[in-house]
Amino acid sequence: MKKKALIPLALFLVLAVFLAIGLTRDPRVVPSPLIGKDAPQFTAPVLASPEKTFALQDMRGKVWLLNVWASWCTACLQEHPVLVDYARRKDIPLVGLAYKDKPADSIKWLQRKGDPYDFTVVDQDGRIGIDFGVYGVPETFLIDQAGKIRFKQIGPVTVEALEKQILPLIRELQK
Amino acid sequence: MRLWLALLLALQCALAGLAAQANEAQPLAEDPVVEKRMVAISEELRCLVCQNESLAGSRADLALDLKREIRGLIKAGKSDAEIMDFMVSRYGDFVRYRPPVNPVTWLLWFGPFVLLAGAAYGLVRMVRSNQRASATTPTLDEAQRAKAQSLLQDTDKLP
Repeated sequence: MKKKALIPLALFLVLAVFLAIGLTRDPRVVPSPLIGKDAPQFTAPVLASPEKTFALQDMRGKVWLLNVWASWCTACLQEHPVLVDYARRKDIPLVGLAYKDKPADSIKWLQRKGDPYDFTVVDQDGRIGIDFGVYGVPETFLIDQAGKIRFKQIGPVTVEALEKQILPLIRELQK
Repeated sequence: MRLWLALLLALQCALAGLAAQANEAQPLAEDPVVEKRMVAISEELRCLVCQNESLAGSRADLALDLKREIRGLIKAGKSDAEIMDFMVSRYGDFVRYRPPVNPVTWLLWFGPFVLLAGAAYGLVRMVRSNQRASATTPTLDEAQRAKAQSLLQDTDKLP
């Protein structure tokens, strides 16, 4: 009889654990199906010199970061100092993708706030963004030597995310 | 004075004309068949920017872009399933309001039925054990029955 009295308590605990796990998760972060898959191919004009184009294949054999940003994006301001700081000590290319942004605005933004990128490419109509499953700027992709996406940061790159997730993964990929 | 008034009036008319132009309704889609299919598909899809809205109902920038993509795919002759795949391969199953049945979603689809089956099993067991308990309840013999009868009659006599 005593055992039976514990059943509701056990059920409650199971429910509480499930709900507690639910509370720790951010519904705005949608896991990307592209992790572990080939990064979508694209070619895009380079912001600083639009007559040049950049193609994804150009980065074959390199581990690199693709950071999707825009001058209209307020959350990008939050991650910007982190990227600027990282740019000083990094040893891999950091490429910007100016998502749905007028090139003139992008250039002005970089001049005013500082440019952490090796170079930025232009995605004015957002098509490259759609292929990468971008739904909230900023987003950052870590791409390996074979052109596979290994990690995606949704939202601003924080110091914590950089140190605890992105940098260890880069080191591992470079081995 | 008159001239000024006339000029002012003319300016106002011109401005009003401009304003009217600015608010002009967007032209209807050139192809209502494509539009109907696009709406039907996008109603099945979640807008990732404002997650409680369907893609069809959303005015978010990304939603407009994705609707443009869907229109393009329809015009390119893709089937509804192919368009769904296009979206899912980029944004994951989460974009679908009706998640597909696969090992990851088994708990979601079948969990409630498992709970229901568990509850039904519990109920059957409880009823059975109650039946068994009542079957084994000792019955009264003749003497006990007579005593009970007299006791009950006594209580009837009470005021």
